[in-house]
Amino acid sequence: MSSEHLLATKALVAGYGGKTIVDGVDLELPAGSITVIVGANACGKSTLLKTMSRLISPTSGSVVLDGKQISEIHTKELARTLGLLPQQPIAPEGIAVADLVGRGRHPHQKLFRSWTTTDDRAVAEALEATGVADLADRSVDELSGGQRQRVWIAMALAQQTDILLLDEPTTFLDIAHQIEVLDLLTDLNRNRGTTVVMVLHDLNLAIRYADTIVAVKDGKVHAMGAPSEVVTSDLIEEVFGLANRVSTDPVSGKPMVTPIGKHHSR
Amino acid sequence: MTSIPARPDLSTRTALVRAGRVRRSRRRVIVISALAVTVLLLIAASIMLGNTIYPVSDVLAVIRGESVPGASFTVGTLRIPRALIGALAGLAFGAAGTTFQTMLRNPLASPDVIGISAGASAAAVVCLVVLRWSGTATMFAALIAGVVTAAAIYLAARGGESTGGRLILIGIGIGAMLDAVVSFAIQRAAEWDVAVAMRWLTGSLNGSRWESVLPLGVAVAILLPLIVLLSRDLSALELGDAAAMSLGVRVDLVRILLILAAVTLTCFATATTGPIAFVAFLAGPIVSRLVGHGSSLIIPAALMGACLVLVADLIGQFAFDTRFPVGVITGILGAPYLLFLLIRTSRRGGSS
Repeated sequence: MSSEHLLATKALVAGYGGKTIVDGVDLELPAGSITVIVGANACGKSTLLKTMSRLISPTSGSVVLDGKQISEIHTKELARTLGLLPQQPIAPEGIAVADLVGRGRHPHQKLFRSWTTTDDRAVAEALEATGVADLADRSVDELSGGQRQRVWIAMALAQQTDILLLDEPTTFLDIAHQIEVLDLLTDLNRNRGTTVVMVLHDLNLAIRYADTIVAVKDGKVHAMGAPSEVVTSDLIEEVFGLANRVSTDPVSGKPMVTPIGKHHSR
Repeated sequence: MTSIPARPDLSTRTALVRAGRVRRSRRRVIVISALAVTVLLLIAASIMLGNTIYPVSDVLAVIRGESVPGASFTVGTLRIPRALIGALAGLAFGAAGTTFQTMLRNPLASPDVIGISAGASAAAVVCLVVLRWSGTATMFAALIAGVVTAAAIYLAARGGESTGGRLILIGIGIGAMLDAVVSFAIQRAAEWDVAVAMRWLTGSLNGSRWESVLPLGVAVAILLPLIVLLSRDLSALELGDAAAMSLGVRVDLVRILLILAAVTLTCFATATTGPIAFVAFLAGPIVSRLVGHGSSLIIPAALMGACLVLVADLIGQFAFDTRFPVGVITGILGAPYLLFLLIRTSRRGGSS
């Protein structure tokens, strides 16, 4: 099974307060695969993700889901297809894990309808898939950073969207928890066919987990494609302004970037 | 890569999730029922108790419209409107307070702390005592003043790093200014008496009359259900704007509706009873301890608001030699909690 929904941008321009940050992006996100957006700080990658999820309205151009502009789709209907895990969501004080995950059911619930078995099952599935089922009745406040991030991903899963956008889902996590979260998202993609689109800071993790990598520079897409095809030393130099060497990752066989700083060259 | 397939226990897990949810919501249902019963008992007590204690039969006779010597006036004209206005104002303050506190994620952010009640109160006292406007005109003046105050606080607080903390401090400042307007207006009034002064300074149910019941009742009957309908969206808003938007909430629309509803409730209640101190501020935090975290507090907080007003009014009337207006009693209850929150906030060094 694979996501049938196609998310794309057309000549997309967006920014804050008159300042253009995303500057003419045409992007078609491959359905049913993992796309990772990388780029230097302030290159517009996060703004691009936010615009694709309607948090920011485009200055011009459009974001298109299945051929329809997302601004013309009803908010709740869109929220059943397209989910976003923001960078720093806020957990209400003292809330139980299962209740927080249950809030992901919001777009599926009607004004006067009470909770159904479908909702409970979606929550149970999300808790299982993220490995936090045993924490269901615990308070979110008591959890570690890694566990908490899993709970937030569980909430996004309970939303049961075919497309899931994530804004730096591994920030503030140690390396083991970063791998754990990225493995979880890969499981999700492989098992449910969910289209995963995320912004990541760690270049080598981005390359390892991405089916498609999108390198953004100055608000424009600089390169896009399978990591083994597009990641070269020159590309990294262009996008990040960083002298580097690209070798083969001994674990995944994909490219691996080693930065060259001032002090350590042999 | 093997964590998802073959989960024989999904139905078990679903049952567990369901059981946990039911357990948590059962507590909420029990608290809400208990509060509702308490409010009814308190209304009954407020109607029956006084210098003369009237039995239920007399009260029912008065409600049926029969003429009972003494009771018809005391119960029918004085006590019933007093009890109803106390309950309605409590519902309004409680619901409005918890709406603000939840939306701004800060227990200090209730309309009585951040100056919105003070705005309504200042407008009401100027219109009634100085300009001698009618009750209805005063209601609308108070409403407009409350909305303008809320807008002014919002505009002044905009653009900072932590909008919550700034908004509260600016609100407290604006509230202090408006309290001064109230004092000024009372001093300038040609014939002012202590009862009128106390109403606009701390809130009082003295002088509650039937003609005030209807406008406040209509406001509560329309706006409380509206806030309850929006409470699911409010739960999503609590997670932050970005998360709420991705859950399909029309964030700006919902926020405006909630602010308008809460401000209107505050203003109608304030124009009727004066700014009964700290009811809006206390109701939410008290019930959040009773019902547990993570579910909507609107209904229990509204009921708790009504309990607070009615209990404080009974205490103010009967517990001491002198009769105190309700706001003095709620003020005594609320001030220590406000201090506690302020101390805790400054210790944390943030806006909580």
